Amino acid sequence: MLWYVLRRLAYVLPILLGVSIVCFSLLHLAPGDPLTSVMPEFASEQVIEQIKRSYGFDKPVPVQYLLWLFNVLTGDLGLSQVANRPVWDELVPAMVNTFQLAAFGIGLSLLCGIGLGLLAGYTRRLVTDRAITTTAIIGVSVPHYWVGLVLIAILAVTLGLLPAMGKAPPSDGFGLNDIRHMILPAVTLALIPTGIIARSVRATVIDVRKQEFVQTLQANGLPPRRTFLHVIKNASPTVLAIIGIQLGHLVGGSILVETVFAWPGTGYLLNTAIAYRDLPVLQGTILVLATFFVMLNFLVDLAQPFLDPRMTRQ
Amino acid sequence: MPATVDPPESVASDPAGDGRPILSVSGLRKYFRLRGGLGGVGQAYVQAVDDISFTVATGETLGVVGESGCGKSTTARLLMRLIEADEGEMLLDGRDVGGRDGMSLRTLRRNVQMVFQDSYSSLNPRHTMAEEVSFGLTAQGVKRAEAHRRANEMLEFVGLEPAIFADRYPHELSGGQRQRVNVARALALNPRLLLLDEAVSSLDKSVEAQVLNLLIEIKERLGLTYVFISHDLNVVRFISDRVLVMYLGKVVEIGPVETVYGSPGHPYTRALIASRLSVDPRRRIEAPPMVGDLPSPINPPSGCRFRTRCPLVEPVCGVADPVLDRFGAEPAHLAACHALVPGSGHSKAPDRSAGTALETGGSPS
Amino acid sequence: MSTPTTYAGPAPARTAEPHKRIQRTYWQAARRRLLHDPVSMGCLGILSLIIVAAIFAPWMTSYDPYTSSIVNRLKPVLSPGFILGTDELGRDMLTRLIYGGRISLLMGLLPILVATLAGGLLGIVAGYFGGKTNMVIMRVADVFFAFPSVLLAVGLAGALGAGVVNVLISLSLVFIPPITRVAEAATTQIRAQDFVEAARGTGASAPRIIVGHVLTNVSSPILTYSSSLIGLSIVLASGLSFLGLGISPPLADWGLMLNTLRQSIFLAPVNAVLPGAMILVASVCFNLLSDGLRTAMDVKP
Repeated sequence: MLWYVLRRLAYVLPILLGVSIVCFSLLHLAPGDPLTSVMPEFASEQVIEQIKRSYGFDKPVPVQYLLWLFNVLTGDLGLSQVANRPVWDELVPAMVNTFQLAAFGIGLSLLCGIGLGLLAGYTRRLVTDRAITTTAIIGVSVPHYWVGLVLIAILAVTLGLLPAMGKAPPSDGFGLNDIRHMILPAVTLALIPTGIIARSVRATVIDVRKQEFVQTLQANGLPPRRTFLHVIKNASPTVLAIIGIQLGHLVGGSILVETVFAWPGTGYLLNTAIAYRDLPVLQGTILVLATFFVMLNFLVDLAQPFLDPRMTRQ
Repeated sequence: MPATVDPPESVASDPAGDGRPILSVSGLRKYFRLRGGLGGVGQAYVQAVDDISFTVATGETLGVVGESGCGKSTTARLLMRLIEADEGEMLLDGRDVGGRDGMSLRTLRRNVQMVFQDSYSSLNPRHTMAEEVSFGLTAQGVKRAEAHRRANEMLEFVGLEPAIFADRYPHELSGGQRQRVNVARALALNPRLLLLDEAVSSLDKSVEAQVLNLLIEIKERLGLTYVFISHDLNVVRFISDRVLVMYLGKVVEIGPVETVYGSPGHPYTRALIASRLSVDPRRRIEAPPMVGDLPSPINPPSGCRFRTRCPLVEPVCGVADPVLDRFGAEPAHLAACHALVPGSGHSKAPDRSAGTALETGGSPS
Repeated sequence: MSTPTTYAGPAPARTAEPHKRIQRTYWQAARRRLLHDPVSMGCLGILSLIIVAAIFAPWMTSYDPYTSSIVNRLKPVLSPGFILGTDELGRDMLTRLIYGGRISLLMGLLPILVATLAGGLLGIVAGYFGGKTNMVIMRVADVFFAFPSVLLAVGLAGALGAGVVNVLISLSLVFIPPITRVAEAATTQIRAQDFVEAARGTGASAPRIIVGHVLTNVSSPILTYSSSLIGLSIVLASGLSFLGLGISPPLADWGLMLNTLRQSIFLAPVNAVLPGAMILVASVCFNLLSDGLRTAMDVKP
């Protein structure tokens, strides 16, 4: 088991390093001098030199990278140029909001996805089959930021059932109003994972029911619902892996949905960073989110052997 | 390297019959690195082919037998230079291959070709038969039209009417027909030595006989030399002049086919021959001649690799690695077993001249 | 005359040849199947309509897509003269949707084209040569794969700055790693087949074997996979535009239209969501078509 953890770690660490290099290069991808956006508009030569030195930009790029990496590892993601505050201070509240929404969304998609998947798996017919694949294709084709707008147009604007945008003011404390604000964005976010989870649960159900021992049991009079336990056991590793990836995509991809709903999370932060070309915020947010995504998948990998004993013995 | 490498003399002591050797191999070795293991620590190797030596005489058919996983196919691929050997020397017509002043790989491949086991994998599913056969020719620089003409000729030569088969795809052919195409493809480059790797093994018995007869006829008409690899002892006996028996990457016995089948020396060969299915009910097998499964080639047993399944196993077998040596009346019949070597320390060893103790000692790591 | 005679009997296929064999290559068979699939053909029809309309936009409509009119602001759908209404600056929605398709489709298709060429090449090289080459290429691909696709696209485009070319670069970079992976997996599989060994045994060079043997077999999995990404590419490209990273006003694609109309969602909800419907239709059609393509190419050879 320890060997397995170490092997996974040996795979993850170089990737994290690579991710950090990509994020570091983001700043250097920017057209022109990466400092133009930091520079005061009419800076004197001296000030320019000083700023350059303070950012370490007078040193060769690999050294700059190492300095930057050291700063990042000690929790210093630089200064936001718009708010003039540490990026980290901007990022933390945004991340809390994003995770709130993501947790709500992933919970919703688990519930609906497993339900729909079981339903589809146990009532398998040719027509249902085609209908499900078509729905699944449409599901992954939907621009979810647009679904958000449609939901706003119908539920918030036309019917006036739910608030269209924003987050409930914190003064009220956490309560019903918060949930009302979260419903539309969470539903929007849950859309794609729901489809993917449903599809894989359905495939597992069909798979398990095709297995010989299950068919033998059913031939001996076992009611179909008794195969349920096997389905759950067999589906859980896959569903877990999907949740890992989808939660990452949810958090990473929430930028569009959060923009639609003006939800003050990381996506919204990114959007403002892009609008004002606040590169340190852009870089920091992407680094943290990507690291989160990698670590999430790492943890899912670690959890897999507990759910699927075949994986430890190879 | 253990001290058991056959000295070149032992190659010389493997007389290849009448003809001059077209191919001689000595000390061929190939270990495959397994995935996993950090750096050098805990790195595991599959000892696919471990220090084998033999010669192939011009014009003969050398049969190679052994269970699956014994290194037969790896040997064929090493001879074709499809994979590079870790160690060992290979001489074609007495000339080194790939060396500084040896022959080029290109020359080797004009002289040696391989016929693969029939499977969907051996023919490109997207190529017509004419494309498949002519591919090698165009790769060797033959003009397309000329290559195509030659491909048709080869198809006809192996009994496939070009008008019908040239434009067909593999899935439109039967197993026997596909195998004829495999042969045609190998022959297109006009080789002198053909490596047949399980070339008839997956065919139906009736088709197998057809293809075998075709191979025999082609050999006579073109004056070819065959290395015929198979796990089927009956087929090998039918087609071969000499036979080489492999076990876990080692040669355990080699000799003229009738001598080996008639009076096998190595216990493994005996077990193999005894386990052959027979159509004669009087020769029904009473007891399984071999017990246990093939050990893993990752950690092969020390000393003699067959000792874990050998009925004659004794302590000496775990210590010393037996070498191929002459033991019977037939000078070309060699086997690697302590029980056949006088003075090896094995109780069953013939007791002619005592004295030469464990000079071959030393066990592989 | 040169036919050997010792083996028993004629080969069965020689006698069993009464019916005329229809000569059909793999690609012909696949095309035939695709042409007989109603869903795929329907999607192809819709896409052709959108594409033709986009190409011949000036002849499709009498309105100018950029001239605004205060009087005609946010006319509802089915207003006289404006079948799909007008936008927040009083421009005909239908006209703008037709013109917008030009950039939206281009932004969906071009990155996939670039990524297929680059990723296909990288994957085939990695799969064919294996070893260290494979490790270097695939580890780099893994790093890019470690980013959620939207995040990577936004990050790259955000750093590069707004602009059509930057969006094209970002999206190409997003799609190269997954295509590389698929190409590598397919090539590794083909590389292990005996016919590749046989080709190597004839002394053919690596490029020759790749063109003659590998490409013929891996092109269909690569192409089906790439085509399945077109829908996503359109959605992502429009998404970047929606964030203001793509084209700049008064030019517009569907994503940017969605962005500018978003402010008017309380006044004209239907108009506001129309551009998104175009994104959806295009993306769904490409995905269904690609699914049909996959099924059609799934002919057992």
